[in-house]
Amino acid sequence: MGKFILRRLLLLIPILLGLTAIVFVLARMLPGDPASAILGERATPQGLARVREALGLDQPLWVQYWEYISGFARLDLGESFITNRNVTDDFLQRFPATIELAIAAMTFALILGIPLGLLTAKRRGTWVDQVGNVVSLVGISIPIFFLGLMLKWAFAIQFPILPDSGRIDLIEYSIPRVTNFMTIDAALAGEWGGMVDALRHLVLPGIALGTIPLAIIMRITRASVVDVLNEDYVRTAYAKGLPQSDVDSRHVLRNAMLPVVTVIGLQTGLLLGGAILTETIFGWAGVGKWIYDAVVNSDYQVIQSGVMLLALIFILVNLIVDVSYAFLNPRIRYA
Amino acid sequence: MTTAEATFGPATEDQAVGLWRDAFRRMRRSPAAIIGGTIVIVFVLMAIFAPFLAPFDPTRGNLADSYLPPSAEHWFGTNVQGQDVFSRIVFGSRLTLGIAVLSVAIGVSIGAFFGALAGYFRGWVDSVIMRGVDIMLAIPGLLFAIVVVSFLGRGVVQIAIAIAVVNVPIFARLLRGSLLGLREADYVVAARSVGVGGPTILLKHMLPNAVGPLIVQATLALATAVVDAAALGFLGLGPPDPSTPEWGTMLSDTYRYLNQAVWLAFFPGIAIVLSVLGFNLLGDGLREALDPRLRR
Repeated sequence: MGKFILRRLLLLIPILLGLTAIVFVLARMLPGDPASAILGERATPQGLARVREALGLDQPLWVQYWEYISGFARLDLGESFITNRNVTDDFLQRFPATIELAIAAMTFALILGIPLGLLTAKRRGTWVDQVGNVVSLVGISIPIFFLGLMLKWAFAIQFPILPDSGRIDLIEYSIPRVTNFMTIDAALAGEWGGMVDALRHLVLPGIALGTIPLAIIMRITRASVVDVLNEDYVRTAYAKGLPQSDVDSRHVLRNAMLPVVTVIGLQTGLLLGGAILTETIFGWAGVGKWIYDAVVNSDYQVIQSGVMLLALIFILVNLIVDVSYAFLNPRIRYA
Repeated sequence: MTTAEATFGPATEDQAVGLWRDAFRRMRRSPAAIIGGTIVIVFVLMAIFAPFLAPFDPTRGNLADSYLPPSAEHWFGTNVQGQDVFSRIVFGSRLTLGIAVLSVAIGVSIGAFFGALAGYFRGWVDSVIMRGVDIMLAIPGLLFAIVVVSFLGRGVVQIAIAIAVVNVPIFARLLRGSLLGLREADYVVAARSVGVGGPTILLKHMLPNAVGPLIVQATLALATAVVDAAALGFLGLGPPDPSTPEWGTMLSDTYRYLNQAVWLAFFPGIAIVLSVLGFNLLGDGLREALDPRLRR
């Protein structure tokens, strides 16, 4: 196992080098002079010179690339040209908000997706299965931004039972930021009302971001349970008179969960991409909104560095999923 | 050599025709494929005949008519500029679906080319291509598209390339996998043993049998491409001229006026959902029709 993890970690090096190269080349493909593209119409000669020097544009290309990857290795990603703030600091400060949202979305997807998948698998061929199939197809086909807008309209405007944006009611509660996880910070401050409020703020964006994973998890669970239901050991379990619930939990679900674990890992990419849309609609101060603002303001430093950081996280999550998969499934032996 | 080809050529030809005819027959029996196919055809016809279907000029508006709710005259209401939303959705299908088709075409061509190289030559060619695929898959799709568009610019072709980039590794990996699986198939071994040349085996015997999964994936990729194109538009990275009708661009900013003009978000959103649903249903139906393992 140790060897397997080490080999996977070593394989990350060429992938990260390739990624930096792609982003580096893309950043150099900005039409015209990057410095004037960055400063736009407000450019002064001094400003241009400052940006060129800061970007190292007076250096040869290979020096520029070396500066870029060695900076990345130190997690020193420079400063935003718009806000002059350190990119890594900004990222770290906002990332907990995105994790909190992603956890809410995944919780929603798993709590509904696994039971629904199990149900449709056991009633396969009946109307329950067909309704489930339609629901999951529609779930996969609804774009996050449209679902988010409709949820907001229905539950925050027409029937205002849930907050429409933000992470907490800032007028009602002032929570000292410790971890930047709003629910945890509220709990640490002993503000139970604030924690409930923070949870209420998570509901709509969580559903918006969690619906596609829900539909996918439901489909995978169904397919995987159908496979397991045909196994001899399930028939044996029924034959020896085990109650339904015991067969489900001990024999069916436990074996059917392996593909689901892999899919959860693959969902991370969708969640990170979807976070940009969800956070924009719900004014959620996470990494997604940060990148959206950078796109709107043409803040290229933030775009290129933010994307590298998100890609790094995506790669690491997939590594963790691979390792846990090997750990969960003793039938797989990694050389 | 010629005799060998003469013996094998017609045999596979027959089988290929039979397979496609069989697949088409089974598709007609699949309700998913029929519903999906119908939705897709309706949208394609809408895009082609947009000038005849749209009651108003999609780019011309009258400020006095802004924010009109849906009515007999303006079926889907009007927007800030007083432009007719229905006409904009009809014309928007051209751009949104056009970008989706163009991006999948680019993605399939480039992806299949590298996939075929990797699956056919194997060895170091395979290793190099597959490491490239790993790198491209390491960036979450929409994020990659956003980066590409914000650096390359917001033209239609740039947007299509940005979405295609996401598809290239998927198609490369898919075709490579199918080809590797086919290398030891009886008819490939037979063709090789009677001395049929490598490129002929690849083009005449292996590719026709590997194309099914590619078609299925391309249909499903169209669904994703519509969503991605609309997402870019929603984020303000659509075509630079805001009067150009595009479904995603029509949705952007609507969250500011949800309480007064929800139809501005509702109708373009439904257009996106329906077209995506159509491609997804068609893809599922095609998969069932083309996958021999699911044959009843």
